[in-house]
Amino acid sequence: MKTKFQNNVAIAVIRVIAVLVVLILAFLLGDILISGVPHISWHFLTAPSQAFTSGGGIGVQLFNSIYLLLLTLIISFPISLGAGIFLSEYAPKNIFTATVRMAIEVLSSLPSVVVGLFGFLLFVVQLDMGFSILSGAIALTFFNLPLLTRNIEESLRAVPDLQREAGLSLGLSKWRTVIKVILPEALPGIITGVVLGAGRVFGEAAALIYTAGQSATNIDFGNWNPFNATSPLNLMRPAETLAVHIWKINSEGVMPDAAAVSAGSSAVLIIAVLIFNFSARVIGNQLYRKLTATK
Amino acid sequence: MGINKYDFNEKNILKFDSNEHELAIATKNLQVFYGDKHALFDGDLEFERYKITSLIGASGSGKSTYLRSLNRMNDNVARVEGEIQYRGLNVNSKKINVYEMRKHIGMVFQRPNPFSKSIRENITFALKEQGLKNKKKLEEVVESSLKDAALWDEVKDDLKKSAWSLSGGQQQRLCIARTIAMKPDILLLDEPASALDPISTSKIEETLVELKKRYTIIIVTHNMQQASRISDYTAFFHLGHILEYDKTKHIFTTPKVTATNDYISGNFG
Repeated sequence: MKTKFQNNVAIAVIRVIAVLVVLILAFLLGDILISGVPHISWHFLTAPSQAFTSGGGIGVQLFNSIYLLLLTLIISFPISLGAGIFLSEYAPKNIFTATVRMAIEVLSSLPSVVVGLFGFLLFVVQLDMGFSILSGAIALTFFNLPLLTRNIEESLRAVPDLQREAGLSLGLSKWRTVIKVILPEALPGIITGVVLGAGRVFGEAAALIYTAGQSATNIDFGNWNPFNATSPLNLMRPAETLAVHIWKINSEGVMPDAAAVSAGSSAVLIIAVLIFNFSARVIGNQLYRKLTATK
Repeated sequence: MGINKYDFNEKNILKFDSNEHELAIATKNLQVFYGDKHALFDGDLEFERYKITSLIGASGSGKSTYLRSLNRMNDNVARVEGEIQYRGLNVNSKKINVYEMRKHIGMVFQRPNPFSKSIRENITFALKEQGLKNKKKLEEVVESSLKDAALWDEVKDDLKKSAWSLSGGQQQRLCIARTIAMKPDILLLDEPASALDPISTSKIEETLVELKKRYTIIIVTHNMQQASRISDYTAFFHLGHILEYDKTKHIFTTPKVTATNDYISGNFG
């Protein structure tokens, strides 16, 4: 009887905790979405923001967020891919590998505000890059690199050694085996990791405040020459992202509809992150199915 | 009675008269070390061409270690010393291009390990890597190697399907097909049927008997019936020593070494 009773108590406690977690999450999401979604409109999503008058949108910030995310991925993915392949397939057990691993570990535990301040001192001030998209993208790369590297390494490691042996036994070099056999098989895991990481990067504010800056300069969506100062693609212009915008409105926003803009922006941000998470799952599953032909 | 009771000097190793038998591959004093552990002591075997040779012995006897050394799949995990004579070359030498060598000495593994690609691509993949681009030629190889592996009739309409949609036995025959598509001389098989059901196993065995007309086959097996059914020669491994090597019928009827006799009669250890 006693065993059964203990078991029941344990199950009950675990259930309560699980329900609690779901409730907290549902409350948070619900609150943000309920107060924010009514403010979302095509105008809100596309119009430039207003500093002193109401009726401003988040068009520029939204574009900045997406652009910055893309740039970050373009910089961090190749580096992570190389590091991940090295760690999973080639790294011998020696001091060098241990150092690389420790560096990645330390990098992944750095608070993002420290990454931001470091980026500020090195890129913005020392290298004279100013508050710019490029500074922001590099700071976000520091932030994204360890997670992505770890994810790629683990995805590659999850491919059974039998596949490596299959490639080698057919006379392929190790490199070709990794590129043509192991990497495609690890792809679903890697893509999932990239998209989940993208969600984190998209919502990051602290690392960007001192690097990409807090001002959304007017950009001209008709001008796509990246060397032009008003071009959306210009790498050297300051670029306030959605997450930074939310932080800024709440700390010093003076527009009459600050609360509404903040709520709307938060809802957009949350929805974007949710889309990233769900699509990561869907894309990962579909790729896996396609590769393994399981129904 | 412990497992160590046998005298490692009591041996009966068959040697071939080179005038009467053509050798495919032979090892001289092959030794394998995993770190400090001496896993194989005295690998001295000769393999006759176009025959099936079985390597039998208990788990940990060194038979898989020996097999995997033959096409240097152990290079990264173990230290292999001694000579492997193949076509007048010592392929265990550092100067050998192992990737080229493995095209001549192919290997099929214990668990089926097709690539996560279509059935067709499983066969064409390595050929394309070698630079073969001619589509007609590739199709021919796909057909002929699947036929050789007795899989063609079962999959000829589904070549686009993923290899993972096949049954375990079919996957293993696909792996055999993939290996013979490289036109190797020698096929090494590491317990290829141990993960399969009896029907799939007998299909694999039929395939191997058919294949020995054109390939030299060396197979590690736990299954003594399998060894006696399909192989011409059998080598018995015990604790890293090769104690007996002879015609299969001698090994299973009149073994000369006490350990072999005990092993095949189930009195082992």
